[in-house]
Amino acid sequence: MNAVIETKALKKHYVMSAQTVRALDGVDLKVKTGEFVSIMGASGSGKSTLMNVLGCLDEPTSGTYLLDGKDISSLSRDAYADIRNQRIGFVFQGYNLLSRTTAVENVELPLFYNHSVDPGDARKAAVEALERVGLGDRLDHVPNEMSGGQQQRVAIARALVNKPSLILADEPTGNLDSRTSLEIMALFQELNEQGITVVLVTHEPDIAEYTKRIVMMRDGLIVSDKQVWDRRAATADLANTRVAAGTVGVPPAPASGPAAVGGESRAVGRDVSEQLSAGGQA
Amino acid sequence: MNYLKRLLRVALRSLVRSRMRSLLTSLGVVIGVGAVIVMVGVGTGASADIEDQISSMGANMLMIRPATAESQGVSQGAGSRNTLTMDDVEYLRDEATLLTAVSPVVSTNAQAIGGDGNWSTSVSGVWPEYLDVREWEIASGEMFTEREEKTKSKVAVLGQTVVEELFGSDDPVGERVRINNTPFTVIGVLEEKGTSGRGQDEDDVIMVPASTALYRLAGQQGSGHYVSMIMASAVTLEQSEEAQAEVSSILRESHDLARGADDDFEVMTQAEIMETVSSVTDVLTLLLGAVAAVSLIVGGIGIMNIMLVSVTERTREIGIRMAVGAHGRDVLSQFLTESIVLSLTGGAIGTALAYLVAYLLNDFVGLTTVILPATVGIAFGFAACIGVFFGYYPARKAAMLNPIEALRFE
Repeated sequence: MNAVIETKALKKHYVMSAQTVRALDGVDLKVKTGEFVSIMGASGSGKSTLMNVLGCLDEPTSGTYLLDGKDISSLSRDAYADIRNQRIGFVFQGYNLLSRTTAVENVELPLFYNHSVDPGDARKAAVEALERVGLGDRLDHVPNEMSGGQQQRVAIARALVNKPSLILADEPTGNLDSRTSLEIMALFQELNEQGITVVLVTHEPDIAEYTKRIVMMRDGLIVSDKQVWDRRAATADLANTRVAAGTVGVPPAPASGPAAVGGESRAVGRDVSEQLSAGGQA
Repeated sequence: MNYLKRLLRVALRSLVRSRMRSLLTSLGVVIGVGAVIVMVGVGTGASADIEDQISSMGANMLMIRPATAESQGVSQGAGSRNTLTMDDVEYLRDEATLLTAVSPVVSTNAQAIGGDGNWSTSVSGVWPEYLDVREWEIASGEMFTEREEKTKSKVAVLGQTVVEELFGSDDPVGERVRINNTPFTVIGVLEEKGTSGRGQDEDDVIMVPASTALYRLAGQQGSGHYVSMIMASAVTLEQSEEAQAEVSSILRESHDLARGADDDFEVMTQAEIMETVSSVTDVLTLLLGAVAAVSLIVGGIGIMNIMLVSVTERTREIGIRMAVGAHGRDVLSQFLTESIVLSLTGGAIGTALAYLVAYLLNDFVGLTTVILPATVGIAFGFAACIGVFFGYYPARKAAMLNPIEALRFE
């Protein structure tokens, strides 16, 4: 398996008046195709900084970052913009949708900056992406008219519209209640089943339980890296809470028995060092 | 092309979203462009008016006057010397090849009595050709003939003002008029000419044959008969200057002036008269235009101000656009497009407004306002430049933003 993300001794230092803040202090991380990784840690541990660097929103101070095997640690602003546009889908905690702009126009936005896409195709792709996240009936709603969960779905559709192989999500459930969070996690699990590599940052352990691998960070360093033995299936949990609450509804994501099975079968539980050395040999 | 269309769509959408602000922002350009066009239009109208009046003086006219006399270094003013004689006029008529008509003007002031009243007016002793030079028509009756001129006939042609003062609405042709106690027969009435470029009533005049004026009114005898000035028509307007040179050389010869001696007369072409007047109105136009241009620049600063506020206010939007792959130049062109659209819209509204104001000035205020397409073009071009110039700084500021910081901006 080839690595989508590989960082070596990645550092990000901020110089603030007299002192230097070491947000990242030598991070070695390898994420392979098809993985579903959650990065956890207390606030200030550097997880969001790592996310920004991985998402090409921020440049590392030093170290190397290989995306799909290519070193991209020192590229121009425009080259970073193109990577953000075509190779990575980024989902933010605060959705970051354009206000007073309809869902479909928000999703079209990345295609607007992709000059190889025809405007007519852009609309079609945007509608497809919204249907994929279950918002086919909310195309012309503006963010104000949608719930937080729906807005985050629009944001995910926007991340999907350029058909990236990697989705990065920075606390995607941070602003959502627990049930909506489950819905979003079900969506991520479904996308992951379709072969998209997902890396998300969270500080909620129960959210991390839905991923396949948990990376813990502290003070700009990775302190533990574990596979999830007992991965939960968000769709199933969602169905349970609905029954418990006595509500009846159609689950937004299709039945995901394979998700649960696949997740458990892949939870092989190797140690961090084993993981890294295996990556090195590959 | 496609990119430009999309850019325009995005710009329009964000301008429409905050339409009140967009309207107020472009108001500065609306007023600026409108003011420039109207002000320059008023100036152009004024000079057009004056040029009209000057060309109504006559066709391809040349005006020959005695040179200015100087007495102990003090200039005595135009026409203060008597250097032009009837002989000069005849010599010009016979010798000049570039003139179609020549006429002397012997001016005196006289008291005219006739009909029911009396009136102090100016009497011009002229040749029949004078009407051709001045492009003046006879309203009723007829002009005196060369024969009447030669025989010093006591016949007069009256201007409209004199007719009104002496005869009211009656037809004066065939009536008698006493000019300085000499009885004259009225044989014609001139068409109304209006006010001259210098503000004189051209119709307050009585025309008599030049010889009659010299012998019976001015009281000059013999060959030393001086004329006030000579009026002539050049063959064409283009040949005015050549005609001017020809007149000069003929008169120098006639006056027997030594080589190197100063002319004792001056020849002015209509173009020169026009230049003198239009140099004044040009300054006026320039001044009005400059004042209006200042308001246009102030309007541009208004655009810059709003675009800067807009960049700050929309920092998050810029961050989002950059996060999904917008290049710096995409953001730059977006904001630049917005400010250009603002200033061009303002320019278009301003132009429309200017046409409306010009129409009102022309039809209801009576102030001639001429809007030249060039003025509109320049004002519009200026507005576009203002959009680029004052929009560039805020747009560049937006393009230089770091996506992470822009996204964090609250």
